[in-house]
Order: sequence, then C-alpha cells, then structure tokens
Amino acid sequence: MRRRLLIPSRRSILAAGAVTLGGSLLAGCDRLSRAPEFRDFIGHEQDVTKAVQRSILAAQPLAHEFRPDQMSPIFKVNGARQPIDPNYQRMLASGFADYQLVVDGMVAQPLRLSLRDLWDMPSRAQITRHDCVEGWSAIGKWTGVPLKEILLRAQLNAGARFIMFYCADDLSTIGDDPGLYYESIDLFDAFHPQTILAYSMNDRPLEQGHGAPLRLRVERQLGYKQAKFIMRIEAVSSFANIRGGKGGYWPDRGYEWYAGI
Amino acid sequence: MTDQVMTTAAPSKPKREVIYRHKLATRITHWINVFCISLLLMSGFTILNAHPRLYWGQYGANADQPLFAINSYQRDGQWIGVTQIGPLAFETTGVLGASEMDGHMVPRGIPAWLTLPSYRDLATGRRWHFFLAWLFVTNGLVYLVFGFANGHIKRDIAPTKGELEPKHLWSDIVAHAKLHIPRGEESKRYNTLQKVAYIGVIFLILPMMILTGLSMSPGFDSAAPWLPQLFGGRQSARTIHFITANLIVLFVAVHLFEVFLVGAWNEIRSMITGYYEVKPEKTK
Repeated sequence: MRRRLLIPSRRSILAAGAVTLGGSLLAGCDRLSRAPEFRDFIGHEQDVTKAVQRSILAAQPLAHEFRPDQMSPIFKVNGARQPIDPNYQRMLASGFADYQLVVDGMVAQPLRLSLRDLWDMPSRAQITRHDCVEGWSAIGKWTGVPLKEILLRAQLNAGARFIMFYCADDLSTIGDDPGLYYESIDLFDAFHPQTILAYSMNDRPLEQGHGAPLRLRVERQLGYKQAKFIMRIEAVSSFANIRGGKGGYWPDRGYEWYAGI
Repeated sequence: MTDQVMTTAAPSKPKREVIYRHKLATRITHWINVFCISLLLMSGFTILNAHPRLYWGQYGANADQPLFAINSYQRDGQWIGVTQIGPLAFETTGVLGASEMDGHMVPRGIPAWLTLPSYRDLATGRRWHFFLAWLFVTNGLVYLVFGFANGHIKRDIAPTKGELEPKHLWSDIVAHAKLHIPRGEESKRYNTLQKVAYIGVIFLILPMMILTGLSMSPGFDSAAPWLPQLFGGRQSARTIHFITANLIVLFVAVHLFEVFLVGAWNEIRSMITGYYEVKPEKTK
C-alpha cells in the first residue's frame, strides 16, 4: 500500500479546521440545548440513573446518619424564606395552632391532622446530609413522623403510585415564572424509614426559613425534593395532569424528577 | 501497535515505512472520549457555576470556609471577579468571577465560552453532564474489554520492568526535557513516560473522576456510604472531582503538545485511519 505524505499546507488546514469546528460545535451545542426534542433525548440520562440506583437501593438501605458533632454550624436557608400567602402568615403568627395537614386523593381514609396529632404519632430523628442541586451540603438533625405511618393510617388505594406534596410557598417572588411549590415522590421512597415529615430541626421547632410547620425529608434525593411548608398530601396514580405535568416545581422547569444524583 | 510493516523502497530516497498503529476499537473509543471529556468538562463548569465554592469535609455551604472560591463583587457599579485559593485572593475580572456575556460584564464563575450551555442553565448543564457521563462510562468499559482482550493494554501501555528502573526513567525524562523526537524502531512503541501517563489517566485519574462524581449522589451514597467517606466526605469528593478534572485538562494539554511536536498530521491520521508513518532514522 503506497501512501503519499506531507503536503505542506496540511498543518494550516488542520489548525484552521480545528478552530472552525470548535466554534461551530459550541454554537451548535447551544442550539441543541434549547431544542425540546434534544432536551428530551439527553434527559433520558434520568431514566438510566433511576433504574441503576433503584436496583442498588432495592434492599432499602438507610442514608448515612452523622454524629451530632458533625453537624453544620449554620444550615443554609434556601428556596422561599417567607411564604407571602396571608393565610400562611396568619397561621405562623398563631404558632400553627389551627394548622391542619390535609391527606387525601386515592386513600380509603382521608385525614386532617393538626400539629398535635402529628406529635402524637410515632416519630423518627435523624442527622443527615442535605445536598443541594447547586453543589453545597449541610448537615442537620430532623425529627418528624415517618410518612409511612400517615399513609398506613390513610390506607392507600390499590392504584396509588405517587405522593404529591403541596406547599404554601409561592416562588413567583424569586423566579421569573410564578407558581406554588409542589413536589412528588413514588412509593419506593414514600415507605422508606427515613422519609419523614419533619416538624423539628436541630431539636427545635422547625423555623419558617426551613419550612415550618412541616417539611419533607427524603434523604436519598437532592434538596429541591425536600418540600417545605407542606399544606396538603395527595395520593395519585399519575401527575401528568397536575400543574406542569412533571411532578414538581423544579421538574416543571427542566430539572429531573428523580433527583438521586 | 502490531508490527504489520509495510515498506516501499524508492531507489534514491530513504525507505518510507508505514505501520498499522491503532486498532479500530482504540480509534473509535479515543474519539468518543474526546467528545465526552470536552463536553463533560464544559457542562461540569455549568454545574460549578451554580455554586463556585469548594470545601473540604462532609458539609460546606455559604457560611462555611471554602478552600477555593470564585467570588463576584460590584465596585462602582461594575462587576469584578475575585478568585480565592486558601488564604490567597486574586482579581480575575474578565475570566473568573466576572466576564463578558453579550457585551456586558456579568457575575459568573467560569466564563460563557467555557460552559455548556454557554448561558446560565443548571438544569440543562446537568442533563448534558449525566448523559455524557453514561456515554463516557460505557465507552470506557468497551475500551477496557477490547484493550485487555486484544492485548493492547498489556503489550502497548503496561511499562516493562526494565522501563521502570530509575536509570531508564531518568534518561526518558531527559529525552522529554530535550524535546527529543523518536525515530525509527523507537517511534513504533510508546515511551515510558507516555506509558506511565496513559496508565495514570486510564486507571487512576478517570476512575477517580467517576468515583468522586458518584460520591456526590445522595442516592448512590445510600447504597455505598463508605464511598464519600473514602474521600473525606461529599464536599471533599466534590473538590477532588474538580482537581482531577484539572489534571485531565493538564494531561490533554501535554498530550496535544506532544502530538504537535512529533507531527500532528501523522499522529491524528494514525488515530483516524490506524496507519502511522515511521520517521526514518537520521543518517549520519
């Protein structure tokens, strides 16, 4: 096989080619990033991640629990600090004396639970790490009712697959897109022992900035799943027709519904 | 690098020798790797931009002392960037902390031309990053299966005992420092430092990248709580992820320098077609 080699202009062709290719690749990547079909396509990473993580989490291991001396000195407040809803502010002012958590949807026994009802239920305390999608972490102690206890009391119907959490905070004051916060998890996470509705943080009643009176802790997922200011829980078979259809405030805005990574 | 030697002898010129250097599996996985690592780096910068501060230990957020931080401040209405490494701080306006976007100076950790997407969008950066991460891991496994099965790793990349002797290593270091260009028989094999660099990247740096990446996953951590502990905690793992990413950039810079030093056309062509022209020995 005879090969002709080293025509003088090759090096310059190579360099010019690389620059042109690089520039158009970058512009192309931005165009792709905005194309809904392409976003959906690369979004399948979530399906792979979820399938793999669910298989290695099949035995339902616990998220790591830390010692008290490993806790963050200051636990960052993130998301809504202060819901603007006047009804929420009125309840906050009265120490949530008339707060009632609504549990409904695909359940045999809808519930309305006051804070006192929740305090009287079995509780769990855990010192866990909170990982924000932005990259930071904070370690804090959470005490609350295992979600499982509430779901057992409400008795899920056979077709129920997801638990929705509806919150009092309206992020329209922060984001460009108005909307009340909400989140959802499936039964795999809902019945996990560390999935709790926390009413206490670091041995004190939950503060407003951290989601008073009640917030979700679902320890094997990122921070945006940890819904704050929970007003209502609903058992559903699908969230396709709820608000943006993606199962949560941030999922409706492009983030993964399964936030295990 | 099989020694399938093809020679063409011309009566007056020195012999021109072309060897089949890179197998198809090596070439395909190499270019998929180029694609994945470039875009993983850029989408990684998008993710870093969401919180451009790195810590050591289990936790770390705004109130905690960072090891490394890219800060943005306003001075007289103009954004300036200040990069902090340990106790040292440098003004890095224009590149880190504040850079131009659409003609305006904006507060931004890593500049737009280095991030994917170029605009601020963490959700899309994450989609790219994890999509590419799966592609990269799959590609790496394919490379390893072929590399071990066809003997590429053992034959071409693993250094021999003799190569690792201090005397030989030293002579190889000297040769590199003098920008010695291998010719003839010598150029048909990878040199020792090259082998060490490839081994280090393939079996240390890239696996570290994957393990520190997985350490940041709360889901994976529940299945393997020992993993983040191995690195001293999730925030340490995040910092190491950033350091190893920079080591890969360093490797690629040296790799490209060597490619251009030895002869870019011949080197790049050999990674596309597989065929490599051996430089003839110098005639005295």
